[in-house]
Amino acid sequence: MISDQPRISTLGTSALLFEAPGETDLVTQERIWTLAREAESWPEIREAVPGMNNLMLNFSRPPGSCKPIEARLRAAWTAAEPMRVEGRLIELPVVYGGDGGPHMADVVAHTGLDIDRIAAIHSAPTYVVYALGSHPGYCYLGGMDPRIATPRRKTPVVSIPGGAVSIGGAQTGVSASAGPSGWNTIGSTVMRFFDPALDSPALFRPGDRLRFKITEVIR
Amino acid sequence: MIEIIATGALATVQDHGRRGTLKWGVGASGALDDLALAAGNILLGNDEHAAGIEIQIFPFQARFTDDCVFAITGADCAASLDDLPLPPWWIHSASAGQILSLGLPRQGTWRASRAYLCLAGGVDVPLVLGSRSTQLRGAFGGLEGRQLRSGDRLRAGATAKVSGHAGFGLSPPALDLPLTEGGLPAVRVLPAAEYAQYTEAAHDALWNEPWRVTPQSDRYGYRLDGTPLHPVAPIETRSHGIVPGVIQVPPNGQPIVQMRDAQPSGGYPKIGVVIEADLWRLGQAPIGSRIRFIKTSWDEAIAVGELNARWLTEARRLADLHRGRTRSN
Repeated sequence: MISDQPRISTLGTSALLFEAPGETDLVTQERIWTLAREAESWPEIREAVPGMNNLMLNFSRPPGSCKPIEARLRAAWTAAEPMRVEGRLIELPVVYGGDGGPHMADVVAHTGLDIDRIAAIHSAPTYVVYALGSHPGYCYLGGMDPRIATPRRKTPVVSIPGGAVSIGGAQTGVSASAGPSGWNTIGSTVMRFFDPALDSPALFRPGDRLRFKITEVIR
Repeated sequence: MIEIIATGALATVQDHGRRGTLKWGVGASGALDDLALAAGNILLGNDEHAAGIEIQIFPFQARFTDDCVFAITGADCAASLDDLPLPPWWIHSASAGQILSLGLPRQGTWRASRAYLCLAGGVDVPLVLGSRSTQLRGAFGGLEGRQLRSGDRLRAGATAKVSGHAGFGLSPPALDLPLTEGGLPAVRVLPAAEYAQYTEAAHDALWNEPWRVTPQSDRYGYRLDGTPLHPVAPIETRSHGIVPGVIQVPPNGQPIVQMRDAQPSGGYPKIGVVIEADLWRLGQAPIGSRIRFIKTSWDEAIAVGELNARWLTEARRLADLHRGRTRSN
């Protein structure tokens, strides 16, 4: 997966996916934000949607050929400077393990660490909101310690509750409402992340920072 | 206004979905069979993007509390108004107090699983983030952000005085634009980013074997059952934007096709994408039925989209012709 060149692929005729090269990091993400702002001004693009060190460009209507947009994307990426965002710092109280963390045992089994250690490692960093996605108000976070990385589940769970704190591969995040998920839920929090009546309906924005505070660890 | 008397689970208000909300984590939603909803609106002279009711569990019954012009498209559900049988893909008039009933989809002339009830003026629920579609995950849009239940009342939007609409219908796209492979309904697929990382056996199964729509299939996604698809080596991708139609393959090898309530992002590897222009076909595939995937090219996918657009243009032309004739009478 790691190469020096960005990878561009189609998502049917609906969108293009641009994937930045290299390990996931914040500077790359800041360049993705710049690329998103630039690409959203192109007439063929309805919406530019940042992911984790990648960017989906949804077409207003499918172009006859993707080649010209791909060339423009590569040029814009080369020119993209990191976008500095003065985000807010938000603290989320978390209960790790117990009924709210039904897959903690899988993370224990995969990492070989005990529950207290996993909670301590997970709540240590100040995470940066890289992107929103998955479901209304959900945010993808950068900065998880790779020691607690755990592969996505072999079969996705049909529904996990809102407030679920989970790990998928080398990423972590918090679900904003109940729904299906392929991630490992290790804890839970209580917070309202989304209000569709607002002009900016999501609580978090890319560039905001987030800290998990341990309320309790249920062993 | 109509009042729902009886409905199974998961009947929802849907229009053509939300645009430009993915960056907040809000997926598009919208009718699973977008051609059927658009056709219902065309029959009624509505804006093509007006909201209708998507019905997928039967029987369904509703009482008209006012005189109302309506159309039913999608699956042929042996509809009746009081005791009078109604042809599908047709425009009808109801008087206040009459009861509309939809039964199990007939699988005779064309195979389908979802019906659309459209009202002249469109189903009038508030626009939320630019659309009337129900966002089940976010619990907003549609009627109170939820599926419909008995006792619910829905209003039709304002419309010019309508009369004399009986006696007009359309031939469904399932008959006009059929697509089968090996005797099974088929959809066209473009390979996606991780396609080349799958084994030859996986490629062979994807294109040459039938896929069963399992009962764990809904507006979010269709979980399919068939020969497991395995990559040459395990793949972990970073979370990225996805669209309805993406065929994800979790490590168990059983593919999931994202449907209209798809999340706007995901991380499972993608072996292919059902093209946007064929998603309505998949949206009509009944649970338990089998489908086939056909490999396509970018140019063919664009051409299929244009074919759908031409079908809608022709439907509009016929509807305008009929309305003109009705007026001149």
